[in-house]
Parts: sequence; structure tokens; C-alpha cells
Amino acid sequence: MGFYGDRQSGMREQPRMNLTRVSYTLDSTLESVNKAEQAVTDIGRKARLSEDEIGGLSMAVREAAVNAVLHGNRYDPTKRVVLSLEASADAITVSVRDEGTGFNAQAVPDPLAPENLLKQSGRGIFLIRTFMDEVNFRDLSPGTEITMIKYLHKGENKEDASR
Amino acid sequence: MMKANTRQIEGVTIVDLNGRITLGEGSVVLRDTVRNLLADDRKKILLNLADVTYIDSSGIGELVSAYTQVKNQGGDLKLLNLTKKVHDLLQITKLYTVFEIADDEAKAIKSFSN
Repeated sequence: MGFYGDRQSGMREQPRMNLTRVSYTLDSTLESVNKAEQAVTDIGRKARLSEDEIGGLSMAVREAAVNAVLHGNRYDPTKRVVLSLEASADAITVSVRDEGTGFNAQAVPDPLAPENLLKQSGRGIFLIRTFMDEVNFRDLSPGTEITMIKYLHKGENKEDASR
Repeated sequence: MMKANTRQIEGVTIVDLNGRITLGEGSVVLRDTVRNLLADDRKKILLNLADVTYIDSSGIGELVSAYTQVKNQGGDLKLLNLTKKVHDLLQITKLYTVFEIADDEAKAIKSFSN
């Protein structure tokens, strides 16, 4: 998946020929959420995605980073978030890993159900699933890793995310 | 960082929001603005989102929370001038049918008096 050697806070890039693979180890802060969003926006631009696609991709990654920082690591300064980005000719794959107590994606209530429409929270995972083509969660005990894939060839094997 | 400026026209408070409504600053600015208006007994609120460039799930939650708070106090909160991005987001989350949404400020102001 990604390059996990860098345990220092901050950003270090590991470019490969026509495959871009980068990994960032980030503090559990809101600033990290913005960094994650910016990093995936840059990758999307390099992959020449449309602004709409970049918007969806960056929102999905932002939501995943918020989950990791806020719900996973609970802003714990001793815990880190690892963001890995991989861009190939076919897809952009992003994984976000936290060191939290774990999380059950199936247990999140449907935010579109009438009784949940006016709830203040609970839309993050839904937005991630809306904007990405594949979403998987892995229980790391401790911690959770979410891996999200966005395919680059539109219309071949995915639903229209704008619906 | 998000900014919120308020104007008063015919008893309606128009809040011109500018920037990103996201977890942290943007959401807090919106929450504080609505809280202050309610404390001031200004319960007819029109949020002008023309210059809101981005909203995340936290920002959506803040909009919903503002809406329910104002409604619970017998007031009304409506949205004005959505960008395509924000419009799409409200449609995806099915909130487009919850909020009253306008694209003409004068008409939106008049709609409060009914």
C-alpha cells in the first residue's frame, strides 16, 4: 500500500515513475485534516480529474481524516494518523489509518432515513461512499483503516456519484 | 476562515456567509452567529450562501442544527443563493427538501412575512 517508514510528523513525498505513491504521518489535529484534503487535491490535479471529481475525492478524504482525528484518535497528541495515497493509470487509492479503539461501519444509521435527516452528525461515511467507487474498512485492533478507491475511467464500472 | 456579516431588511436578518463551513472555525462561526441572533430575538433568518465555497459533513450538521434551533424557537431559517456544489450536496443528503431555498433575495425576504 503506502510507504510507512516516515513516523515523523509532516509530509514526505515518495514519487515513482508513472505511479505516484505517498504516505504522510500526521498529528491528530484539524490541521492534519486540511493537509489530507490538500494532498489528495494535488494528486487529483496531477491525475487530471475534473474539478467536480476532485471536489468529491477531496471531500471523501476530508471526511475520512475527520473520522480518524476526531472519532478515532480523539485529538490524542500521542496518536498519529497515517494517510497513504496512490495514483496509477486506472485509479486513485487512498487509505487513512488511525490508532483509535475501533469502529463498526455497519452500525452507522442511514442518514437519509426520515428520522435521521435532522440529526447533526452521521453523514461522513455516507458522503465517502457517495464520492468513492470502493470503500473498505479494516479493524487493526487497535485502530481502523479505511481504504477508498476512485476509478479514473468514468462510466466503465461504477455508478454515477452525482445521483 | 469564514466570515459572517448580518444585515436587517424588513425584519429579516440576512447573514452573508463567506468562506468554508467546515469542522472547526467555519462551523463555530455559523453556530455563534445564529445563537447571537436568537438571543437578540431575531428569528427570521436568511443565510446567504453565495460566497460559501465548501461545506463538509460538519458544516451540513451545523446548518441542520441552526435550522432546528430557529424552528424550535418559533422562527424560520431559509437558505439563499446556493452554489452548484452546495446545492448538489444538499440534494445528495436529502436536505434540499427540508430547507426552504431561494435564489432571489427580495422574494425570499417577502416570504417570511406570510
